[in-house]
Amino acid sequence: MRHGKYPFILAFLLPPVGIYAIYMLSPYVQAIYISMTDWSGFTSSQTFIGFDNYVEMWHDDQLRTALRNNVILVLVVPVLTLLLGLFFASMLNVGGRKRGGAVTGVRGAPVYKIVYFFPQVLSVAIIGIVFKYVFAPENAGGILNRVLGAVGLGGLQQLWLAEPNYLIWIVVLVMTWSFVGFYVVLFSAAMQSIPRDIYEAALLDGSSRLTTFRKITVPLVWDTVQVGWVYMAIQAMDAFATVHIMIGINGGVQGAGDVLGTAMYREAFAEADFGYAAAIGVLMLVLTMLVAIVFMRGLRRERVELA
Amino acid sequence: MSSSIERTPAAAGTDRRTFLQRVALTGVALGPGVAFLASCATGGDDDGDDNASQAPTGDVSDDNPLGIPTDQPLEIVIFDGGFGDEYATELHEPMFSERWPDITIEHRAAVDIGAELQPRFVAGDPPDFVNNSGDGQMDTATLVADGLLYDLSPLFDAPSWDDPDVTVRDSLLPGTIESGTFNGTPYVFNYAFTVFGTWYNKTLMDENGWPVPTTWQEMMDVCADIAATGIAPWVYQGLTAPRYMNWPILSMAAKLAGPEVLIAIDNLEEGAWSHEAVKESAAAIRQLAENSYFLPGVEGMEFRDAQGLWARGQAVFCPSGSWLENEEADAIAENPTFELAMMPDPLLSPDSVMPLETVRATAGEPYVIPADAKNPLAAMEYMRVMLSMDGARGFSERVTSLTSVAGASDGVQIDAPGLASAQAALQAAGDNVVNWFYPSWYPTMENPGIDQNTAALLRAEITVDQWSEQNETVAATTRDDDSIVKQTRES
Repeated sequence: MRHGKYPFILAFLLPPVGIYAIYMLSPYVQAIYISMTDWSGFTSSQTFIGFDNYVEMWHDDQLRTALRNNVILVLVVPVLTLLLGLFFASMLNVGGRKRGGAVTGVRGAPVYKIVYFFPQVLSVAIIGIVFKYVFAPENAGGILNRVLGAVGLGGLQQLWLAEPNYLIWIVVLVMTWSFVGFYVVLFSAAMQSIPRDIYEAALLDGSSRLTTFRKITVPLVWDTVQVGWVYMAIQAMDAFATVHIMIGINGGVQGAGDVLGTAMYREAFAEADFGYAAAIGVLMLVLTMLVAIVFMRGLRRERVELA
Repeated sequence: MSSSIERTPAAAGTDRRTFLQRVALTGVALGPGVAFLASCATGGDDDGDDNASQAPTGDVSDDNPLGIPTDQPLEIVIFDGGFGDEYATELHEPMFSERWPDITIEHRAAVDIGAELQPRFVAGDPPDFVNNSGDGQMDTATLVADGLLYDLSPLFDAPSWDDPDVTVRDSLLPGTIESGTFNGTPYVFNYAFTVFGTWYNKTLMDENGWPVPTTWQEMMDVCADIAATGIAPWVYQGLTAPRYMNWPILSMAAKLAGPEVLIAIDNLEEGAWSHEAVKESAAAIRQLAENSYFLPGVEGMEFRDAQGLWARGQAVFCPSGSWLENEEADAIAENPTFELAMMPDPLLSPDSVMPLETVRATAGEPYVIPADAKNPLAAMEYMRVMLSMDGARGFSERVTSLTSVAGASDGVQIDAPGLASAQAALQAAGDNVVNWFYPSWYPTMENPGIDQNTAALLRAEITVDQWSEQNETVAATTRDDDSIVKQTRES
């Protein structure tokens, strides 16, 4: 076996490492190189222009709007989703109070569990189109305006998607709506693994639901929360499909709902400026990595080992 | 696990045999990858910039004016969209094959042209003939700037298919070649002919005895009458494309002050957007918003929803091109009595420079030949087939569209009332046909640039002065951007 050891190891290591290098690392390196060229995307060679694209990015007002929107998404969507997800999951698993003190979910929990998961089953394209019509004007089938009118809140009716100030908040709402279901299931799974006797002990000590949630549930599922948080922040950095389908590739009225993903797409495929698009891509790469690192570090807590 | 027990310092050493084994394995794993890297996006190199001289040729004769090779295959790619691709497979390709039986046509249909062909352009291996259309359209100005398209001058100088005494150039409607010309060289052949104007619900107008307005004052009077009945006078393409309203604005400005207004705009001249005629025209359109003549909520709608409501009788006027009838065919079919018609945009003043009948019309649906095509001459011959009387007439009959071949739709019975009215308007216009090119030369100047400004104008959020100033800024941004290749025209 002595002579065969290295070939043996290499035989197993090289294919996956090779494939990873070719299909993952090499595109990254190429993208960074392309971001320093003025490549149109059609020619077989590129002109190297150094950091010109990055300088241009610094002066690009539309890109600033996109960046601001991504920051809003990264900060707000995960917080909203996690709070709602944790709340729903704890209500479904440990929120019920039955005579006899057994720890269960609220009445109808099995039904809710399935209903909450519905959005996760829909593709982003469908969610985008459905919400386009939720926020459409009443005579074009707008559901929200119709509901507002029906319950006597006609004064609140708006042309939602025509109002620059609302656009990014509509995206926040839709992304949160579509994410929550998955995190309810994820947190439910984590809560199922918390021993029931801990809850029973808390109950015996007269702990309220809120205290139980804060002092027992959250610390014991924190690992899952942390993973979910990072994952969601990365999704929120993207938001391309939701924005593209729901409010358009130009980021809607006055470009107010723009995100980096749509800006990159426009540069590449509408302006035929793959160099600049690659520069935006590199910016997204750096930001996504920063977000991941910050969230991983910032949320680190002492790990609680369950029995 | 024997290897871990046997681990000795000697194992770390390398004898010739294990070394060779490792090299061999490395080669196996990386070999295909290295080849791949050499052919990837950033690994290539330009292989000769002018392939035209290497293109295969045949003998030039009366039967073969372009001198095409008679035995080389021809690869064509057709956009499978609104027109489908049967007009190619069932009409033009059989016509071509009948004349040139030894040329094998390799036909491909694609929905997303860019996604399918961009990698082939990068690899220097594009097809011979491309119908560059649809959502995935490759930016023509960039293709031209990168030198990736074939000069079509020989085609337009060649004798036409039907009459050797008439060149292809002379068999086309005016403006056709210009619409595909970049800085003097024709690179794009536009086949379908589109007429633009204001489309109206003829049924409603006739029922209520509303006259078709010929001046803006009449338009405002008719709008007042329409609004009094509770129907919305106007609709536009909502959130999706407020820029469609640029069309009446620019058409009316050109009628008022002459086509020079449009040339200045195309040439990105300073002050082109603050020309008095353009402002007066914009002010007229803004009156529609000031008087609430737009369909309520239209500014928050998708364009298909807005047009659908128009086709269902909730509004009377709608700016569009002659594709509207096809686009809203479903909504139109719901009501058999519904009839639509096109009118030229009204005159702003009785002393207008151009007559009322002036229309905006242009050749669209672009076809190109890549510079790296293997058989560009045969591709040009194929275009000649399309531009023959039979080819063009057959196209009109199959896809309900006019073509850029002069006289080809004469005698074709057009059943669609909207298209028939567009054809009549085009004939009435005679030589008074205008067009502007900045949206195709500088797509991002029109959208999102001016599109966003017009959206605000149509909601009466900005004044006409602000609108023209903001448009000046957009034009200046395009003018000052060195990365955009500029085009100019003199007429």
